[in-house]
Amino acid sequence: MIGKHTQDLINRIMVLILLFIGMVVVVTPLVWMMVSALKSQDAVNTNPPQWIPTEQIKVEINGKDAFLYNIEADGVLRQLALINKEGSIGTFVNPDNPEEQYQLPVASGSRATRVYFHWENFVLAMTKVPFAHYFLNTMIIVVFGTLGTLVSCVLVAYGFSRFRARGFNILFLILLSTVMLPPQVTLIPTFILFKKIGWYDTLYPLIIPAFFANAWDVFLLRQFFMTLPTELDDAARIDGAGPFQILWHVILPQSYPVIATVTIFSVLYAWNDFYAPLIYLQSESHWTVALGLQAFNAVFTKQGHLLMAASALMLIPPVLLFFFAQKLFIQGVVVSGIKG
Amino acid sequence: MKLENIKLRNNSAKPASQPMSMRRREALWGYIFISPWLIGFVIFTLGPMIASLLLSLTNYNITTPPVFIQLDNYIKLFTGDPRFWHSLGVTVKFALIAIPLNLVFGFVLALLLNQNVPGVAFWRTIYYLPSVIAGVAVAILWSLIFNPRFGILNWLLSLVGIDGPGWLASPDWAVPALIIMSLWSVGGGMIIYLSGLQSIPTAFYEAAELDGANALQRLFYITIPLMSPVIFYNLVIGIIGTFQYFTEVYVITATADTGLGGPLESTLFYNVYLYSNAFRYLNMGYASALAWVLFVIVLVLTLLVFRSSALWVYYEGELRR
Repeated sequence: MIGKHTQDLINRIMVLILLFIGMVVVVTPLVWMMVSALKSQDAVNTNPPQWIPTEQIKVEINGKDAFLYNIEADGVLRQLALINKEGSIGTFVNPDNPEEQYQLPVASGSRATRVYFHWENFVLAMTKVPFAHYFLNTMIIVVFGTLGTLVSCVLVAYGFSRFRARGFNILFLILLSTVMLPPQVTLIPTFILFKKIGWYDTLYPLIIPAFFANAWDVFLLRQFFMTLPTELDDAARIDGAGPFQILWHVILPQSYPVIATVTIFSVLYAWNDFYAPLIYLQSESHWTVALGLQAFNAVFTKQGHLLMAASALMLIPPVLLFFFAQKLFIQGVVVSGIKG
Repeated sequence: MKLENIKLRNNSAKPASQPMSMRRREALWGYIFISPWLIGFVIFTLGPMIASLLLSLTNYNITTPPVFIQLDNYIKLFTGDPRFWHSLGVTVKFALIAIPLNLVFGFVLALLLNQNVPGVAFWRTIYYLPSVIAGVAVAILWSLIFNPRFGILNWLLSLVGIDGPGWLASPDWAVPALIIMSLWSVGGGMIIYLSGLQSIPTAFYEAAELDGANALQRLFYITIPLMSPVIFYNLVIGIIGTFQYFTEVYVITATADTGLGGPLESTLFYNVYLYSNAFRYLNMGYASALAWVLFVIVLVLTLLVFRSSALWVYYEGELRR
């Protein structure tokens, strides 16, 4: 019979082992992405896969590329370059002194390899396509879209949390039910509308709707505003503050955490969004990073190392945002998740 | 959504003099503040909803005026379009497997993290990370992982002596591959379950333990009933999400030789088919009909889940029917 404490300890160790296995599953694809991004093109598609970027050493002999081999010459193991091959016999030379030649069976040597991280892949990925331009377009959408979301959602949430008016209950229910509405139902007329007013192939369709509030963020903000005591509002009102002043001077200063949460979700959404940019942005000069990456994917299918480098670059902003604002992320998910 | 959550607070009584004007002013301000949403709702939701319903009764390709064709789009959809049924089938197949798997894995992970293990914040971060980076980059990454010849998945399978399938290149294995991919982001649901688990009072468990309930009984008689609203929420969100599944399929198949929704249309999800009709063939009328059928399907499914929730969702402070 084992004691309760021992049993507890065993349980906890079992749980840790399971969590560790899960972590390996979650992290491996990301590790694979980084490893692939640092490879040379020859090393991307190999079987078995390379977990450390390794490649055969290349040297230049009389203006020509040649591979280095570890091979025994005159009883000594040396690194020699293969410059010519006839049948199974190769002509090897000393890379430091190309006059020194040997005729040796190729099979008796092995390829000389080195571990090398091709950091330049990241530079290549960014310069083969106008990545900086995509980034700029995305940032315009991120900044103005987030601004629009914040301004409109704060106003609407304030309205729903602090004012009583006929019809507000039913309007709030309608607002909440729009969460359930599949976006496709409004997609086509909205698309036609934007096209008719000349906004097709501009960034406007991706920014302007943000200024008209959305159910998720209004709900999140309203839930938070409801928890703030109204005594401060009343005090400010007695001092002669109007509704806007109360919002600005009383409500907002108490609401930084929830505003930060709305901000990061809005930034993340705009950064990752693919569908809207796909249907609205045609010319490359207006593309976002997500669209540009997909086009990159289409063109550089055979160059997995560059593809992974470009993909890894796209992940940097969300990952950084996540690590710096973890608590806000988790709060946001929890509040909008549970109370919904 | 519980109704009492959304009832507006009843402020203190207003002075008897000028009651109407005070109330009116309050209402006016209220409407001013919610006007961004109200205007947006009319322009971007209500208007387009009506418009798409009307468009679904027409033949419209944007360049020439719409032609009214009554219910022809719907008749064609249900009786003369095998690709519609096929895309519906693909989506339902994905939903039937992916949603329960995501639910179970997310729930089990949350249970594990709720076991008073060291480093909860660390584990939570790791498991939630994939949900933060969903999108094009992740789809590209997985299409490399699923590569039948050089991908690491088939290499891992070969280590245990399994000759891996063609995954995204195989009509039979493309959807299972996408399901595996969706499981990678299971941490999103986990976070929600975990916060739900942490809000269950420990007194319940202590009482059950005193009564001699074992771990399994505690799970089935306390944890799962108390978690049922959260499970319910994730289920509804999962159904809605599946019918919007698009980016992954587009990134993986749009430029492949097999074409969008390939191979052999095995990944022709409902939303992918809708996109093709609207933006590749410019059949705006037909695509609108597809959108409305989708709307009705999602509405019916959600209502079914809502109705059935009375049977299995337990809300604290409510009597079970």
